Amino acid sequence: MNKPLSITLENCAKTFTDGTRALEPLNLSIREGETIVFLGPSGCGKTTTLRIIAGLEEPDAGGKVLFDGEDVTTLPIEKRNVGMVFQSYALFPNMSVAENIGYGLKIRRESQAALRTRVSEMLGMMRIEALADRRIDQLSGGQRQRVALARALAVRPRALLLDEPLTALDAKLRDTLRLEIDTLLRRLNITAIYVTHDQSEAMALGDRIVVMEHGRVAQIGSPRDIYQKPATRFVADFIGTMNRLNGAVRNGVFTCRAGDMPWATAPADASEILFRPEDIQVTESAEGSTLRGTVAAAFYLGDRTRLFVEVGEKQPLVVESAARRDFSHGETVGLAIDPRGVLIL
Amino acid sequence: MKNRWLFTLQLGFTLIVCAFLIVPVILSILAGLTVNYLVGLESGLTLRWVFEVWDGYRDTIFLSIGLSLACLAVTLVIGIPTAYVLAKRQTALGRVIEEMLVMPVAVPGLATALALIVTYGSLSGFRTSWAFILVGHVLFTLPFMVRSVLAVLSAIDLKTLEEGAASLGAGFIDRFRHIVLPNCRAGILAGSLMVVTLSMGEFNMTWLLHTPFTKTLPVGLADAYASLRLEIGSAYTLVFFLMIVPLLLALQAFAQPRLKKFVAEDDAT
Repeated sequence: MNKPLSITLENCAKTFTDGTRALEPLNLSIREGETIVFLGPSGCGKTTTLRIIAGLEEPDAGGKVLFDGEDVTTLPIEKRNVGMVFQSYALFPNMSVAENIGYGLKIRRESQAALRTRVSEMLGMMRIEALADRRIDQLSGGQRQRVALARALAVRPRALLLDEPLTALDAKLRDTLRLEIDTLLRRLNITAIYVTHDQSEAMALGDRIVVMEHGRVAQIGSPRDIYQKPATRFVADFIGTMNRLNGAVRNGVFTCRAGDMPWATAPADASEILFRPEDIQVTESAEGSTLRGTVAAAFYLGDRTRLFVEVGEKQPLVVESAARRDFSHGETVGLAIDPRGVLIL
Repeated sequence: MKNRWLFTLQLGFTLIVCAFLIVPVILSILAGLTVNYLVGLESGLTLRWVFEVWDGYRDTIFLSIGLSLACLAVTLVIGIPTAYVLAKRQTALGRVIEEMLVMPVAVPGLATALALIVTYGSLSGFRTSWAFILVGHVLFTLPFMVRSVLAVLSAIDLKTLEEGAASLGAGFIDRFRHIVLPNCRAGILAGSLMVVTLSMGEFNMTWLLHTPFTKTLPVGLADAYASLRLEIGSAYTLVFFLMIVPLLLALQAFAQPRLKKFVAEDDAT
């Protein structure tokens, strides 16, 4: 592989010809060898950003794309030497698997011997040797995905761009391929930009995650930062499950409809607290607890039980209990929130 | 009971098809091979009329073959890029152009021919050459090529396929050769068959556009039916069949492996 690439976006905005503003001005530096994930709901501008980096879209006037400090804004994709994996894979139906993988090398006028060696190397790397002579319509979704990855990597790109590559696959295959892609990216030490709307994909693959909302960056950070310290309510809601309680702080105690929560370091103006399901526990007995709720639903998941506890708020609290006990509908349970996991946004 | 009805219906349909499609063709061919059609088959079989047609109308046959192949070449060169642009830019203007292209099919051939004569008839060198007829044939057959190719191109995700090729370093020419052309070969083949058959059999427009030196096969056929013996006209039909059927079969056989070979050749580079 080539030396990993650093990518810089300077003031990159995108307005389509019909006037739709797909991307607000964006500044971002992607480090060499880093895997960065653009995450957000559909229409948030994540694919547009990827396409600007790829060279499939040009940013509005004033925007710049730099590869290792060199301005490539007006350079078309075919001259950028980036590998791209598309959501629909974009495999050529008129070519076999091996021909698809070797296409980029053929365009680069590589010798027949070098082409053959590289194609078999790629087939081996993706463990699809047996498929070399198959037609594309003879492949399963997972196999197509592997061919698309092999094809993109065969040309030794300076960066790998992946546009929702696992969306078209079923859940189990997605998990397997996610692991494979993660291993591959770490092994190749290639700069990778990955677009997804699936937060678990983003958490698993990204060195950093860029959460996007309505064409703007909502937060950039490591998966841990994004999950534990969401910058906005949107990020808090979009990543994982978030519980909310409305109330007020008085003398080191947060009081809400569910009861009281001792909280020594509570800011005096806290009127709404947010916390993850893992930061709230069901206590041994309801009587001894100052916070209480009623079980609205309980789902036994094998290793734990997911409870929905009614506490008089708009949404029931989601509580994950590892306790080996049965919960019944309507049962009153005691709750304890770990103040270290509490967020105020 | 139901099966019996179905069988009767199918039989009836088959008989109607035979009566109007196959029987007239067979009778026409027989007429061209009969010594005297009015007397009937008992007058004997002969190739005399076929040879007479060959001697008298050989040029019209070659002109028609040449014209239809030239028409195919022009419609390929204009039609494929047009379909490509229309498939890529699905705008309101594109749809208007698509509809406009069909106009020469909707307008009677005589009217188109008359318009061509009124506009370019004074260019005598052009007016008397076979290129004048070719223009008319291209106008008439182009929509068939464009539509066939466009239908195939619209059915595939052309934009993403091209983006995929571009991401691998392919410029426009490479993308067009390696991705667009091979993936619309079914449309090109269907369009080619239509263009050749329509050009070969076109009479309406050609009847007005031709000169005594640029007489095509269908015009010659009308001539033979109008002014010569029925046997000669029928022999002409036979010659027409003998020309067009192998041509179409050859085109079909030629197009498939040729396009496959095109891909294989490219892959070997």
